[in-house]
Amino acid sequence: MTVEERKGHLMREEGGQNDQFPVGMRVLAVDDDPTCLRVLEALLLRCRYHGAKAESFDLLKEGFNVDHFVPVTTTNQATVALKLLRENRDKFDLVISDVHMPDMDGFKLLELVGLEMDLPVIMLSVNGETKTVMKGIAHGACDYLLKPVRVEELKNIWQHVVRRRKFSHKDYSNFDNGEESERHQIVSSEGGQDLNISGSTNQNGKLSRKRKDQNEEDEDDCEENVQENEDLTTQKKPRVVWSIDLHRKFVAAVNQLGIDKAVPKRILELMNVERLTRENKYRLYLKRLSTVASQQANMVATFGGSDPSYLHMSSLDGFGSLHVLAASGHLPALTSLQSSKVLDRAITGGLGNHGFTSSRIVQVGHNNTSTPCNDLNRFQHINLPGNQHGSLLQGIPTSLELEQLQPRRIQEANSHFPGGFSDNKLATATPGSSFVNGTNSSFISQTLRQQAHPRRFINHSSIRATPISTHPFHVGSECSSHFPDLGRCKDTRKCAVPLTAYATNTSSMGSFTTDDECPKFKDNLTISQRDTNIPTISSTSFMAAPPRDPSIGRDRQCQANSSIGRTMLLPTTMDREMKFVNFSSAGNSKERLEPKDIYIDENDITISSFSSSTMSNNFMIDPFSGNQMMNNSHYNKRMDKSIISLTTASSSILQENFKIDDSTVDDPQKDTYDLEITKLQGGIVIGGCNLDDLVNSSMIKPERDEISLMDSDTGCDFYPLGACM
Amino acid sequence: MLPLCSRVLLSHPFSPMSLMALREQLNMLVNSMYIEGLLDQQFQQLQMLQDASSPGFVAEVINLFCEDAERILTELTKDQAVVDFQKVDAYVHQLKGSSSSVGAQNVKLACIQFRQFCEENNKDGCLNALNVVKHHYYLLRNKFDTMLQLEQRIQAYDSKQQN
Repeated sequence: MTVEERKGHLMREEGGQNDQFPVGMRVLAVDDDPTCLRVLEALLLRCRYHGAKAESFDLLKEGFNVDHFVPVTTTNQATVALKLLRENRDKFDLVISDVHMPDMDGFKLLELVGLEMDLPVIMLSVNGETKTVMKGIAHGACDYLLKPVRVEELKNIWQHVVRRRKFSHKDYSNFDNGEESERHQIVSSEGGQDLNISGSTNQNGKLSRKRKDQNEEDEDDCEENVQENEDLTTQKKPRVVWSIDLHRKFVAAVNQLGIDKAVPKRILELMNVERLTRENKYRLYLKRLSTVASQQANMVATFGGSDPSYLHMSSLDGFGSLHVLAASGHLPALTSLQSSKVLDRAITGGLGNHGFTSSRIVQVGHNNTSTPCNDLNRFQHINLPGNQHGSLLQGIPTSLELEQLQPRRIQEANSHFPGGFSDNKLATATPGSSFVNGTNSSFISQTLRQQAHPRRFINHSSIRATPISTHPFHVGSECSSHFPDLGRCKDTRKCAVPLTAYATNTSSMGSFTTDDECPKFKDNLTISQRDTNIPTISSTSFMAAPPRDPSIGRDRQCQANSSIGRTMLLPTTMDREMKFVNFSSAGNSKERLEPKDIYIDENDITISSFSSSTMSNNFMIDPFSGNQMMNNSHYNKRMDKSIISLTTASSSILQENFKIDDSTVDDPQKDTYDLEITKLQGGIVIGGCNLDDLVNSSMIKPERDEISLMDSDTGCDFYPLGACM
Repeated sequence: MLPLCSRVLLSHPFSPMSLMALREQLNMLVNSMYIEGLLDQQFQQLQMLQDASSPGFVAEVINLFCEDAERILTELTKDQAVVDFQKVDAYVHQLKGSSSSVGAQNVKLACIQFRQFCEENNKDGCLNALNVVKHHYYLLRNKFDTMLQLEQRIQAYDSKQQN
């Protein structure tokens, strides 16, 4: 059979395996130890076997055109590997490399591959020390496995690769790329075996290359699209996308890691991507992320609600950053709350998220002044660092403090963010300002504070990061999947819906229940609101229930309503997912809708709820608060708080940028909420509010003042993202 | 089975041992290695990876491992007067990697200890550790040899059976 046939055969066998086990995945394995290499090769082949026929093997053994069947290329020298990769960039889908090699350091190879070829790289080593693993992640590895490797682990890895590819190519949904005929070629340079293989591989390579090209094209397209979109909004998008993707990856990685091993791997994966794109920023994020390692949903509650411009910016920034963060792990999609004013507050609220258990940094509050925050809109990214532990709280207070800082808009305190961020990668959602707090990459909750309502949030900030304990909150976390695309929602509950549910809530605002509201979120979110109202998705959920109702959602959302004060909270992390946080929007919006006074309460809440659980991230998502706030100016206060959000989404969540926005936002206002919940990996699910979206739409657009978030629910919308993972 | 065995016995001129007996012997050997800590779970994975399509997989891996290990041990045994701890550590790290890939538990554990001495720059400790590693390795090697022989014979039987 010719190669093609085989390939076809394989493909056929796989069926649409693209979605499934990527049997055709072409792997390049590098290890100076011949024993390990051989074992690894066999394991990979075995994985590949999955679904494949045994005959292929026979063929292989006979020295037949292994090309298609042999999906694994091995070499014992890093330099040879690099050479192979450079020459046949599109021939490989994945690289597995040992850390300890004589001719080149494994990390170095990892970096180079990541930078040059944007391939997922998995590190392998006997050494499983945390710091080494961290280093791997820092260098961008997608995963870090310990020797001896087991088949199960290898099987999982494929998923990551596919996912990554999928996301990177197009925002979600591109399997094609991944699919490309992945074929494994076995070429062992090592033993000089089967030289024929090389020949065959060439053939395969061509074929694969074609596919790859296609994929690449697709990718490019996607990227372009994305970029275009982003450009429109603020450029952040592209980053965001990546971040999301990365984040996703990150999250995924983390998840996987969480399950299997440490998180760093995932993070590394993210790192890879990020590196390529935004080196600087992302690096930071990545770093943060890596530190975070813990997925702890970063709640990024960016609430950018404030001024639309802000929102954009901030949101974008924030988001962008968030994304980055998310990508890195946890960016909490901050919900840029629109009304910045409110957001500011909200953001602070977001801080509450602290819960982030690990890294969710919610940056919120970032408000970097840079952003136009002009009015409050700052998105404050609330970094809710909170990885789970209450650290968020810290963050929150800081955020609150931040709020205080600026009476109006700027509440931003952006930086404050919550210092708590522990991992924060926080993307500071603040526009431009890159995460304010970078502290933990976690969330970036932008809480734009709109008005200076300061301190309100502080109160809220209580956001409580509630439990974030596990992952990202809520909202995102599970929801994260929800969000917009996400379907991921892992935990269903999580639904990270985060808040977007909120967003949707906006209308209802109060009701966040993300579940309910989040129509968008879909089932995934199931977040079920965990508390029923609390949008917080299952665990985290967030928040933000549309602040509108003063009592509304907040309570609900609030996770557990505990504080409900309004807090929307967010969904406490759902599992890792971040819960985004966003919330901010709530605050942001409009200015203060006075009526909302209530918000204050609520806003405060926002986050608090988070699901107590897990999500540490939870933070609230006040977005509502933001939203509401926005409307009411009250929100602002709240919003600030709320904003926090979420981010936490567990790493997983973030990645998914959920856009909560639109979807959730149902309301026109909502649009802003894009909350993309980027799931930060870390759990920050940033409300995916795509900044763009957010900015545009959601973010409660500060401009909308009148709209006030409430309408915009967005406020809430913002964040939830995170939740959605 | 019985009839088969007897058939085998009758049909094959050499090796009084029946296939079953061989198999049994092999199993017992492998089990004892597990029990004694010479092998661990990883080796099971290797066994699992060997199947109809790759019948010689385990043997191949074992051979690779032995070659590599001996090479490393040889290197380590040289220049004992002056010890370059980093270099030694690198070798030991490598040996640790391959032994863990193959499932050679005792060897791996000995390597871990060896590395500790390296980190401490403890020359005597290193020399001792090297001896320990060698000891375990050669023990394992012997058993591997027996194992592979048995396997070969079993496979010979199998192929004969088929013929």
